Amino acid sequence: MSMQVILAQALLGLNVGVFYAMLSLGLAVIFGLLNIINFAHGAMYMLGAFIALIGYSLLEQWFGISLQIGFWASLLVAPLIVGILGVTIERFMLKRLYDLDHIYGLLLTFGITLILQGLFANYFNVSGTPYPGQPESLSGVVNLGFMYFPTYRLFAIIFSLVVCFATWYVIEHTKLGSRLRAGVENPDLTQAFGLNVPLMITLTFAFGAGLAGLAGVLAAPIYSVSPLMGADLIIVVFAVVVIGGMGSIMGAILSGLALGLIEGLTKVFYPPAASTVIFFLMVLVLLFRPAGLFGKEK
Amino acid sequence: MQPDQRPEMLKIENLHAWYGESHILHGLDLTLREGEVITLLGRNGSGRTTTLKSILGLVSKRTGSIKIHGTEIINMPTHRIAHVGKLGYCPEERGIFASLNVDENLELPPVVADGGMSVDEIYKMFPNLEERRKSQGSKLSGGEQQMLAIARILRTGANLLLLDEITEGLAPVILKSLDDVIRKLRDRGFTIILVEQNFRFAAPLADRHYVIEHGRVVEQIEAADLEAKKEQLNRHLSV
Repeated sequence: MSMQVILAQALLGLNVGVFYAMLSLGLAVIFGLLNIINFAHGAMYMLGAFIALIGYSLLEQWFGISLQIGFWASLLVAPLIVGILGVTIERFMLKRLYDLDHIYGLLLTFGITLILQGLFANYFNVSGTPYPGQPESLSGVVNLGFMYFPTYRLFAIIFSLVVCFATWYVIEHTKLGSRLRAGVENPDLTQAFGLNVPLMITLTFAFGAGLAGLAGVLAAPIYSVSPLMGADLIIVVFAVVVIGGMGSIMGAILSGLALGLIEGLTKVFYPPAASTVIFFLMVLVLLFRPAGLFGKEK
Repeated sequence: MQPDQRPEMLKIENLHAWYGESHILHGLDLTLREGEVITLLGRNGSGRTTTLKSILGLVSKRTGSIKIHGTEIINMPTHRIAHVGKLGYCPEERGIFASLNVDENLELPPVVADGGMSVDEIYKMFPNLEERRKSQGSKLSGGEQQMLAIARILRTGANLLLLDEITEGLAPVILKSLDDVIRKLRDRGFTIILVEQNFRFAAPLADRHYVIEHGRVVEQIEAADLEAKKEQLNRHLSV
């Protein structure tokens, strides 16, 4: 087996890995900072992709608005809309469940997922609709020496990595991040100091949801936009979060990338195991290091 | 200026407070003037810490009246009280954030008023902390944590300090440093409420002592009358 094939498959794996990383990062931010297991994260990813699709090709047909929201604008608009949906969900629904066990939040967000999926399945083909708005400047391929790689996919990898590491930097190395971490550790005292913790919670949830929406827009030109695209991915992403360590920001990013790579390389060495290797690793991690590779034991 | 002519900074009237179903404060009254240092004395469970938490809105329910600088805060959300009352809080368990380093802990509380101490001034006052600026909160000794807990509210410009059991579990040499710190703060004009078990530490620092029993003030003793009322005080505080 040539090195070329391995490198090519590794890069394709990394391409999948950045989506795992972005989604698990959003989940980890929400879980780590708010202790909410947001099952609706996959639906928010799906919603991001649909907002890009609708904004590009259906605004006139559906709403009679002669406006086309291109790919670049979607990178801003979709996370914003999904973030606002996040605010609504947190403020009006999840907030009522904070005093109860985590499982209630999970059930609520699971319900929201089914509603959103059902809603979109009503209007769109479940097998997927192609997104036609990929920008001209990102079409074609780039010669990487060992392979020709689609320009758009390379852009998606670099863009996602920048977003992931910028998020990590903000949380771990800025004043805003230290306030968020303080709010998680001791919300009462943080409020007594004069910081508005409930607002911080809402905005963090919105940010995590927005990240999922952003990943959805990035995914739209690569995968078909489908009502079930989030449902297929969210289970894997939960496994990624468990492997990285619930709530660990860097753990979510690194294990997302690494597991994408491992999945890609498994396709080279033993293709039948490619779709299950992540779950196999999850079982091992749960058995031998239940807090995850980067998580801290409580 | 005589202490009783100074403007009122904090006035608490008929304060009742609850944790869930437990009714802890039963009509507590207390007045504090600008620049005064007072202590809240009493046995464990008498309601001293709850009084501080009630001022901050950290109890599940409170009724009555709490005015800071004449502004009623009884129905105010917790995060606004520090700003409106120009208030700094040092909790009983010190509340040092384990996930933040010394610098981050110090810079965490937002500025609530002008005139707070600069980070340099604070490190001059607490030289031990400067040596450990990049250490995580969890790695500090008890004394260092206590110094940091006080230091971080001095940066905010707060002029009313609520200090809860700051001497608890500390070695005598640290108590001496803490005594120096409180004296310096008093000289700088800070208004301070000390909740203290260590009466020897608190007695020389305070202008007035409030003895709390079963959630209400049962005795108010001016510093000048302390000697005369010592027996009375011992009776209240003895277990």
